[in-house]
Amino acid sequence: MLEIRNLHATAGDKPVLKGLSLTVKAGEVCAIMGPNGSGKSTLAHVLSGRDGFKVTDGSVLYKGKDLLAMAPEDRAREGVFLAFQYPVEIPGVGNTYFLKNALNAIRKHRGQAELDAHEFLKLIKEKAKLVQISENLLSRPVNEGFSGGEKKRNEVLQMAVLEPALAILDETDSGLDIDALRTVSDGVNSLRSKDRAMIVITHYQRLLSYIIPDRVHVLLGGKIVQSGGKELALELEQKGYAGFEAA
Amino acid sequence: MDTLTDPRTSYLSDFERTAKALPGFPELRRKAIEKFAERGFPSPREENWRFTDVAPLAEIPFKPAVGTANPNQFAGLANGPLKACQITFVDGRFAPSFSSLDLPAGVGVTSIGEILKTAPGVLAPLVQVAEDPFAALNTAFFRDGAAIRIADGVQVERPIHILCLSSLHGEPYVMHPRTVISLGEGSRATVVKSFLGPSGGTYFLNAVTTVLLDAGASLDLTKVQRESQQAYHFEHLDVRGARNSSFTHHSISLGARIARTDLQVKLEGEGADCSLFGLYEVAGAQHVDHHTLIDHAQPNCTSRELYKGVLDGRSRAVFDGRIIVRPGAQKTSAMQTNKNLLLSTEALVHTKPQLEIFANDVKCKHGATIGQLDEGVLFYLRSRGIGLAEARRLLIHAFASEIVDSIKTDAVRSQVGGCLALIAGGA
Repeated sequence: MLEIRNLHATAGDKPVLKGLSLTVKAGEVCAIMGPNGSGKSTLAHVLSGRDGFKVTDGSVLYKGKDLLAMAPEDRAREGVFLAFQYPVEIPGVGNTYFLKNALNAIRKHRGQAELDAHEFLKLIKEKAKLVQISENLLSRPVNEGFSGGEKKRNEVLQMAVLEPALAILDETDSGLDIDALRTVSDGVNSLRSKDRAMIVITHYQRLLSYIIPDRVHVLLGGKIVQSGGKELALELEQKGYAGFEAA
Repeated sequence: MDTLTDPRTSYLSDFERTAKALPGFPELRRKAIEKFAERGFPSPREENWRFTDVAPLAEIPFKPAVGTANPNQFAGLANGPLKACQITFVDGRFAPSFSSLDLPAGVGVTSIGEILKTAPGVLAPLVQVAEDPFAALNTAFFRDGAAIRIADGVQVERPIHILCLSSLHGEPYVMHPRTVISLGEGSRATVVKSFLGPSGGTYFLNAVTTVLLDAGASLDLTKVQRESQQAYHFEHLDVRGARNSSFTHHSISLGARIARTDLQVKLEGEGADCSLFGLYEVAGAQHVDHHTLIDHAQPNCTSRELYKGVLDGRSRAVFDGRIIVRPGAQKTSAMQTNKNLLLSTEALVHTKPQLEIFANDVKCKHGATIGQLDEGVLFYLRSRGIGLAEARRLLIHAFASEIVDSIKTDAVRSQVGGCLALIAGGA
C-alpha cells in the first residue's frame, strides 16, 4: 500500500526527516511513536501534501504511484486521508455541505455517480451513529465552536464517510479525556478492514490500548530506529524514549 | 476655464443645448448646473475623494442617453423572478412594456417622467441643489426614474422591483435617474433596485435616490449593481427616518469600472433604526467605493452596519463609514464593521471607520479587518478531495453568506444569491 524509502524532508528550513523508511501493507494498522520533535507531524504533513514542507531526498510510493508528485486533493481522491491533530474551524461552511462536496469530488474521480442531497443525508446520518457524533453538529459550520472531543470525532466521521484506503491519524488522542478517547477509538476500530491501512501517530502508549496496532515503529531524530509488534509499545512505556536514543 | 480640456465643458454645453426640453424645475436646474460649474468634478485632494480618482470618468465625453434602438434585446432580462411588480427603465427612460404595475391599493409606483409632465409640484420638497457635484449634475439633468409612494398603514408583501437596464451603444452616454421612495405612517415595503448592463457598454449612470420614512414606517431596500465592467456607476442616496421608523439597506456591488455609493441616513425621530449591509466583489481594474454616514440626531436610535468585500486582481475598494451622534442623542446604539478579503497581492482596500460622538450615554463600536483566505483552511478542504478552485469558491461564498443571509425576503435573497453564483462561475 505505502512504501516510504529514505525520506528526507525539511519543515521551513529545518531538516526534520533524515532517512525515514517504512512499509505499510493493506489491512495493517501501524503505530508510529516518538517524542516531541522526532518528526511525527512532519511525516503526516509530507504524506498529505501540506505546503511549507520540502522533500529533499527519498521517495514515497502509494499503490505503486509517486505520492509526492500529487496535489493534496488528488491524494485524497486516490484514497489518502489525514485526521488532523488540530482540525480547523471553517465559519460559514456547513459540515454536511462540506462533506458532501468532498465525497462527491472523490466519487467523481472514481467514476461513480455523485450523491444527491437526500442520498447523502441518509449516508451521513448512518455514519454519525457509528462514530457517536450528535446530529446537531452536522448542520453547524465545520468544527466551529466544537469541543476538542467533537472535533476529533468529526475527523473520524469524515474518515467513515470518505472511506479512504490509507488513513493517517495524527495524534488523534491529544486533548481527549478517557471517554472521548474510547468513542474515537471505537469509531476508528469499526473502520478497520483488510483493504484499509492505517498509520496511527502518537506520543503515548495510551491510545494503543484502544487501537491495537499490528506493527509499532519508533521514530527518533527523523528516522525509524526500531520496529516490532504491539508489545514494543509497552516496552516504550516502561523504558521511555531515552532507552532508544542510547541504542 | 480652459474650454478645450476642462471636463465641465461638455456638461455645461449639453445643459445650454437641452435646458428648454428638460421637464420642470427650470430655476432649480439652472442653480444646480451653476453649482456644478463652480464646483467641478471632485479631486483626490478632497478628503472625501482621496482614494477615488474620477479623472477617468471626467475625461470621457459622455452624451445624454437617447435610448436604444432595440429595447427588445432586454426582454429576457426584464423577465426575472421579481417581474411581478416591476418598473423598468432602459437607458434611463421608463419602459412600460417591460413593467408590470398591477398594484395593491395604497401603493403607487410611477415614473418620474410622468410626474414631471403632469404634476411636478409633488416633487418640489424632494429635489434640492446638493453640495455634491454628482448630485448637482443629476438635479440639473434628471428626467425620469421611479417614484414609489406607500400610503399610511399599508403593508406591501411583494417586493417592488426597480430595474435599470443600460444598452450597448457606440458612443459613451450618461443617464441621471432619480428615485423617490416615500412611506406613510406605519407602512411597510420591500424594494429592490437592480442595475444591469451588458459587458462592453461604456456609460455613466449618475443616480440620486431620496427615501422618506414617516413615523413607524419600515423599508427594506436592496441594491444590486451589476453594471458593465466599463461603466461608471454613481449613486447619492439620502434617507430620512422619522420616529420609530426602520430602514434596512443592502448594497450588493459587483459590476462597473468605478462604482461609488454615497449613503446618508438621518435618524430624525426618537427610536428610529437603521441597518446597513454591503457586499462588494471586484476584480481586474474595478474600483468600488462606499461612503456611508449615519446621523444619530435624536435619542434612543439604533444603527448597525456591516460591509464585506472580496477583492481580486488589481481592484480597489474604499469603505468610509461615518457615524455622528449629536448632542442630546442619548441612549444611542451604533455598531459598525467592515471586513475585507484580499485574493490577490495587487488588490488594495482603504477602510476608514469614524465615530463622532457628542453625547455621553451611548453604546458605539466600530472595527475593520483586512485578511486573506486562510491557507490552513484551504489545505484542510483540499486534503478532503476538494479542488483548489472549488475550495476557494467555498470560502469566498462562506465569507459573503453573512450578508446574503441577512436579506430577509426569500425572493430577494435568492436573486442576490443567483447573481453571486454567476460571478463565482465566471471567475
